[in-house]
Amino acid sequence: MLLQQIINGLTLGSVYALIALGYTMVYGILELINFAHGEIYMIGAYLGIILLAFFTSVGLTAVSLPLTLLLVVVLAALICSAYGFTVEKLAYKPLRNASRLSPLISAIGVSIFLQNYVMLTQGATDKVFPSLFGSGGFRFLSTRVSYLQAAIIVVSGVMMVSLQAFVMKTKTGKAMRAVAQDKTMASLLGINVDKVISITFVVGSGLASVAGVMVAAYYGLVNYFIGYIAGIKAFTAAVLGGIGSIPGAMFGGILLGLVESLGASYISSEYKDAYAFVVLIGILLVRPGGLFGKAPEEKI
Amino acid sequence: MLKLEAVRTRYGPIEALRGIDLTISKGEIVSLIGSNGAGKSTCLMTISGVLKPSSGRIELHGEDIAVLPPHRIVERGVSQAPEGRRIFPRLTVKENLEMGAFPGRGSFPEQIENVFRLFPILKERSRQYGGTLSGGEQQMLAIGRALMARPEILLLDEPSLGLAPIMVSRIFRTIEEINREGMTVLLVEQNARAALRLSHRGYVLESGAITLQGSSEALLGNEKVKQAYLGE
Repeated sequence: MLLQQIINGLTLGSVYALIALGYTMVYGILELINFAHGEIYMIGAYLGIILLAFFTSVGLTAVSLPLTLLLVVVLAALICSAYGFTVEKLAYKPLRNASRLSPLISAIGVSIFLQNYVMLTQGATDKVFPSLFGSGGFRFLSTRVSYLQAAIIVVSGVMMVSLQAFVMKTKTGKAMRAVAQDKTMASLLGINVDKVISITFVVGSGLASVAGVMVAAYYGLVNYFIGYIAGIKAFTAAVLGGIGSIPGAMFGGILLGLVESLGASYISSEYKDAYAFVVLIGILLVRPGGLFGKAPEEKI
Repeated sequence: MLKLEAVRTRYGPIEALRGIDLTISKGEIVSLIGSNGAGKSTCLMTISGVLKPSSGRIELHGEDIAVLPPHRIVERGVSQAPEGRRIFPRLTVKENLEMGAFPGRGSFPEQIENVFRLFPILKERSRQYGGTLSGGEQQMLAIGRALMARPEILLLDEPSLGLAPIMVSRIFRTIEEINREGMTVLLVEQNARAALRLSHRGYVLESGAITLQGSSEALLGNEKVKQAYLGE
């Protein structure tokens, strides 16, 4: 029972972590809470269903399921990256030098727009992700892990390790960290700050879309509103870990998934969505900067 | 090599540069002196493209660079070590230097060897975070980082600010050494005496306009400069 709930929590937490990374990366660079990020995840989930239906109709799914799924995930990530890129260019970049409130309001606007855009084009009712995996799974210690759960945990883990390596080791990743610390100085060294910001949105959106496809497959149901609650949870995870910190978002996401899963089974599933915020309040009381965050700096 | 013609820069309604003319030839050290708020840093930020002039031309080898974004100006060979050093505190010393080499104008191993030769302490500290360095070491890192782009002209903003006298003379000796190896330098300083002793020519900036210019010797002997900037 306990182990089962931990596996469930890890699955859920990996997804929160993937979404939280997008919040934390954008906040790290622009100090903007990108409220439209949850919607990118929701679009990723829809793209999962649409692309899978397309590949099934052309007969590819029958030929090779793993290849189909790989194509679905990669294409969904590419399309969502394009969405993220466009949102930044249209809704945030023109407000780069405005007061901090303006891009925030713009973000809320984009979020409402994208929800309605999906509702109008895809309908307001739930869409079903076809059940492809049956009830396949394997025994792990004393519990049973479905193949899908294992896939979600492994894929998320690989993506998080890759992201960390990208940010710490590559020239572009280092430039991202430099831009997050001092944009003017970065530009004085020849770094194209606008390009780095675009890359941040592209990477964050790609991660969210993969989370979206995996959740669509896991729960089987998708509607235009799922980005809202997932977005709030992932944002909570990012704040919990220390907003702006990449390891913080990963840890915060997984912690949140575990708390929700254990709380739902041992306390009450009625309050499933409330545990996240209880933990958030508890941690912020002790560490206002979040688990991995710095204490808020005084700006002189 | 670098030529400013009637450059005006404004911050909203305030005109911080009111028509600056300035030229620097290859191999020179030119100092720009003036009191706090005279517009010295504004002038460097305008050359680097962080601030856009409202009118006037900034020519590098005859090309107008005033219209270019900052990263393009660095790519053309103008690097700046800005006021306050602005080291990336949570990047290591080596990563700070790597960011300096971002435009890829020279070979990285060659450039970093060159910087370590000028400032051996940076080699010892290369794995430390930039934020853990002392003020003097940060200034060395700021200059070293600007040199990593293998610039043709180096803009230095107040390299002596907040440093102990022994560190100031150490930094100034290095600037002289870099210049002897062929680097053109535009030096902004409040420490007018040290700057003029080091440089070939100088400009005096007062409330956004150049009020005096000439050889450094002439400026050091000028009564007005002596009174206002040398404290004699």
